[in-house]
Amino acid sequence: MASTEGGVKEAPRARTLSEEIYRRTGRQPARCYQCGKCSAGCPMAEETELRPHDILRMVGLNQADRLLTAKSLWLCAGCETCTARCPNDCDPASVIDELRSMAVAKQPDTLPRNLMAFHRSFLDQIRAHGRISELGLMVSYKLRTGSLFQDATAAPGMVTRGKLHLGAPSISGVEEVRAIFKACEEEER
Amino acid sequence: MTIGYYPGCSLHGTGREYDESVRAVAGALGLTLREIDDWSCCGATSAHSVNPLLAVVLPARNLALAESAGMTDVLTPCAACYNRLARSEHAVATNPELAEKMPRLLGRPFSNSVHVRTVLDVLRESLPVIKEKTVQPLKGMKVACYYGCLLLRPAEIAGGDDPESPTFMEEIVKAIGAEPVTWNLRMDCCGGSMSIPHAESVVRLSRAILEDARSAGAEALVVACPMCHSNLDFRQQAYTNKGETTLPVLYLTELLGLALGLNAESLGLKRHFVSPAPMLERMAVAAKEAV
Repeated sequence: MASTEGGVKEAPRARTLSEEIYRRTGRQPARCYQCGKCSAGCPMAEETELRPHDILRMVGLNQADRLLTAKSLWLCAGCETCTARCPNDCDPASVIDELRSMAVAKQPDTLPRNLMAFHRSFLDQIRAHGRISELGLMVSYKLRTGSLFQDATAAPGMVTRGKLHLGAPSISGVEEVRAIFKACEEEER
Repeated sequence: MTIGYYPGCSLHGTGREYDESVRAVAGALGLTLREIDDWSCCGATSAHSVNPLLAVVLPARNLALAESAGMTDVLTPCAACYNRLARSEHAVATNPELAEKMPRLLGRPFSNSVHVRTVLDVLRESLPVIKEKTVQPLKGMKVACYYGCLLLRPAEIAGGDDPESPTFMEEIVKAIGAEPVTWNLRMDCCGGSMSIPHAESVVRLSRAILEDARSAGAEALVVACPMCHSNLDFRQQAYTNKGETTLPVLYLTELLGLALGLNAESLGLKRHFVSPAPMLERMAVAAKEAV
């Protein structure tokens, strides 16, 4: 609470991570009682330093510095198995999404290069065309990461099977889509 | 019956045979698909990874377009698109504050009146017609029904099925005479869009899924998601190169199309990396013997 004692105004207390996540999602990460069911079903748990229940615990302990720079956040495949199985409705998948969004805003220099390059290339495609051109996505991603040869041998096979379109898609509502990006970016700020 | 149709970006590209087989099967079953005019990308994994609000509003544009075109139901064959559209529908339905903001964020009227549906949900409703129109029952064919994750998410909806013990896909393949095997990994994630930025994870996950299906005796893996298909079919190219055994991966609608007597080419079966041809020949021989 702000105090006016002695005429000096105390800065309002910053929200804790739990409070911030509650404000954004309406979910209570503090209700997590560490049963570990989320991590038991997580397909990525064997590759990540932090598993879903670790992340929930660290949110409870307000460890923003460690969490927002953790690569583990970006290794979440988004399958929502954790959320489907949480007995306390903590929704770990949405908690991880919110943490990623906070990391993009506050710690842009610490984000894993390839994973961010993918997301940025993907969203750029939508902003440019309203839809994804898979070829455009791959080219943009490869230019961002320099991984020119990863899966490059796949391209001829994709073309002969009629799976790779060379032209960019286009829709007449592309300006409307761009306005949605703008409105959401302003609202999230 | 006429139903709204949201193909999504993959079905216009790497998942082309899914689009072809959905349309072919719908036609054979007397379902008219009406594609949402000027639809846009749902935002997929990337929107929710960096801006959770964008992840609700981008898919909602398609729901708003469908609504203004007078549609009540929208079929979304891609499991990843389904997840984003259904999550958007659910988020707006359960959050009045968000619902109020939506028309402003979308720049168009929106009352969230459209219901998003999976291919499993829509096909299961047509089970009597499917049974009636099956001319080539897939008798004795052992298949592993693979749900993966997003067909059953958000879990509150789960495409109308049970999120932890789904049965829709097994019901459909049984109706055309095939035999679903019992196996362990039918609801485990294949790694989805990690395929590009973190391929090693997808290689690990898809290998486990294919091995489990094969050890349960499956002759083919059946899917209803273009990302699962790509991760499980295309990634097996590496197996072929090393001389390892492969397992054909078919879209549920391709399998269904075969039973309905549609030709393999119109179903896009030639577009796979692991050819289903040897399996189809075995099937044809079995059918002849049965006569």
